[in-house]
Amino acid sequence: MRLLPAFLHVLLALALAPLLPGVINRTKAWFGGRHGRPLFQLYYDLAKLARKSAVYSRTTTWVFRAGPVIAFASSALTVLLLPFAGQTAPAGFPGDFLLLIYLFALGRFFTMAAALDTGSAFEGMGASREATFSALAEPAFFLGLAALAFHARSISLGLIYERMSWSTSTVAPLMLVAAAFFVILLIENSRIPFDDPETHLELTMIHEVMVLDRSGPDFLLIQYGAALKLWVMAALFTGILAPAPFASYGENLALALGAQGLAAVLIGIVESTMARLRLARIPQMLTGSIILSLLSLLFLLRPFA
Amino acid sequence: MTTECLLVRNARAFPFAACPVVEMPAFRETVIENVRLGARLNALFAMFQPENDTLLLLAVMAHDADGSLRILATRPGERYQALTPACSQAHWFEREIFETWGILPESHPWLKPIRFLPSRAQDVPSAEIGRANFFRMDGEEIHEVAVGPVHAGVIEPGHFRFQCHGETVYHLEISLGYQHRGIERALAAGITPRTLHYAETAAGDTTISHTTTCCQAWETLAGTQVSARAEAIRAIAAELERIANHIGDLGALAGDVGFLPTQNYCGRIRGDVLNCTALICGNRFGRGLLTPGGVQWDLDTALAQNLRARLAEIEADAVSAIELMFNTSSVLARLEGTGVLTAATARDIGLVGVAARACGLSRDIRRDFPYGIYRFHHLPVCTWSTGDCFARAYVRWLETRQSFRFIREQLDALPEGPISSSVGPLRPDSMAISLTEGWRGEICHVTRTDANANLTVPKIVDPSFHNWFGLACALRNQAISDFPLCNKSFNLSYCGHDL
Repeated sequence: MRLLPAFLHVLLALALAPLLPGVINRTKAWFGGRHGRPLFQLYYDLAKLARKSAVYSRTTTWVFRAGPVIAFASSALTVLLLPFAGQTAPAGFPGDFLLLIYLFALGRFFTMAAALDTGSAFEGMGASREATFSALAEPAFFLGLAALAFHARSISLGLIYERMSWSTSTVAPLMLVAAAFFVILLIENSRIPFDDPETHLELTMIHEVMVLDRSGPDFLLIQYGAALKLWVMAALFTGILAPAPFASYGENLALALGAQGLAAVLIGIVESTMARLRLARIPQMLTGSIILSLLSLLFLLRPFA
Repeated sequence: MTTECLLVRNARAFPFAACPVVEMPAFRETVIENVRLGARLNALFAMFQPENDTLLLLAVMAHDADGSLRILATRPGERYQALTPACSQAHWFEREIFETWGILPESHPWLKPIRFLPSRAQDVPSAEIGRANFFRMDGEEIHEVAVGPVHAGVIEPGHFRFQCHGETVYHLEISLGYQHRGIERALAAGITPRTLHYAETAAGDTTISHTTTCCQAWETLAGTQVSARAEAIRAIAAELERIANHIGDLGALAGDVGFLPTQNYCGRIRGDVLNCTALICGNRFGRGLLTPGGVQWDLDTALAQNLRARLAEIEADAVSAIELMFNTSSVLARLEGTGVLTAATARDIGLVGVAARACGLSRDIRRDFPYGIYRFHHLPVCTWSTGDCFARAYVRWLETRQSFRFIREQLDALPEGPISSSVGPLRPDSMAISLTEGWRGEICHVTRTDANANLTVPKIVDPSFHNWFGLACALRNQAISDFPLCNKSFNLSYCGHDL
């Protein structure tokens, strides 16, 4: 009985993930007084990219070709580990949150390696930035999940999110984790104030500059993989704020999907009301999110009473 | 061993023979001494004289304090002692002279092409564009980043080389010339029916100011009195150009820091301002508005009323969009302290316009060398002292507010009279220096007539020519990720430089 919704969630993630960037863009357009691009623009883009063929530079090796495939595969695998609407994930197991973190790291590693493989100054710079910032984002993510694990007294993501509930003693640390996850959500998905997905200025980019030389199906994998990553990270964030409180599965699912949409709107609002941080300030912000995660871990490390 | 220069005023014709031609050492020392005393080098250029088949080197120096221009000439020969080591303002000019005419400024510290032109001297081979002896740093962790000439955005081509250590830029070298169209050469060959179009397109976003400068020089040499009404319409168009570009720049700056609301609204508002120019003359950039002797299009009462109403609306929109940006702390955090140029550096390299005023230098041709309607209707000079991206953005905004007020006043009291006067025959053997304040800064056209009263424009200097090096200096010890922001805060013209 629990298997059916789990697979439904995977299908929903695969189908709906490209909608989140559309919601973000429409929110930003609304703030800017524009009509904005269609809600389903990313679907059109992906369909267009699927019809194209990839162009490879002669200076690149197999690493360059492997990059997007591995990055996409690791993003897609995280979907299988993702609990949703209070239900366990299809591939969940005790300790799966470590795998989740390192699947993201694996995808990132190959994206960076592929960027370095081009030998371009831009891509090298992007890889260096990504390495610097992810080295700070990872501990925050790790500590945050550890805090949640202590809260749920479990090391499987499914139980961690299934047992998510607020009480007067846990609401504060859970909010701290949520705040830290939101920061990580923004940086991992190259959103303002850390990165600007809209910019055309290579010198200011972090993530985008690493995929400058991509075309056709490779770029499709990258874009689709990025959308899935956004979906997963948003679900981890909304799972804290909107735990499944209802008895019926349908209501829980509707709430979870609604929360995903609202998370996209929230990202859009942040992007509309804030300028980008200076690159040198990003580590400070990330250190802040490490501290938030660490604090909540300390709060939740209460003795068994 | 300094010598007396010829002292002239902005847009006043003088007999060419009055310009003193001195020996090279005296020329060199006089220019250096004048610059040391605070003069700006408006132009330093070589001029071919077909009469006696020689090259004349001319210096035009501006003393802002008393509104005087000083002119001096010399015969440089094939090589001369460079001025640059003692006078940084000559740096770009001497490179231009070397490239164009093959005259060697000896001991110039940085002698490379600036436009990669085919030389006008016979025996100098032309360099392949972009192939220069770029400055390089060596070291374990030094890396070089090359950007352009083809850029990702819809902007003009230019090549930028950064010598970086990690994210820090130690040196930026700017290599231009990709937009060279030969405008200067065409203008130096004499007037044709296309001359005005060349001026209009010298820098497309500065159409009104360049054309005003050109017409003003022409009228000066013809002794034409331009009617007050025509001058008012020219000034209205020039200030509209300033408003449109400043608001566009502020929006682009907001876009570069990822602040969307201001970016979106400014893009639209800039279009509305350009449409006001189109209401006057049918072209959004003001092409075809000016003509020697006046303007081609009148501004009747109904149109003035229409413009006033539109501008009131535009100003209200601009205030809300731009004040939002200046009241957002995350935007200020990006702008403040980024790309700082000190007033001393700005003075040394001879910055002009917004970039200079943002360093606290009070320089404005409209006040210091008043021309046209600005002789009677003054605009306060807006300065800010921090010299960073914020200052360049804020000075733009202050000037925009002043321009709105100025246009309102002009529309309220538009002088009566004809919009154009006939341009008579030109005075032979004369010269005139015409300066105006375009939205980027000072525009200088040097014009002369020969014995048969044929008009030529041997030199035009766009403000970008003075300011590109300022951008390179502003990037020292900055983060490379802040380059686009610094670049946008200067927003210099590639085609105005390359001509």
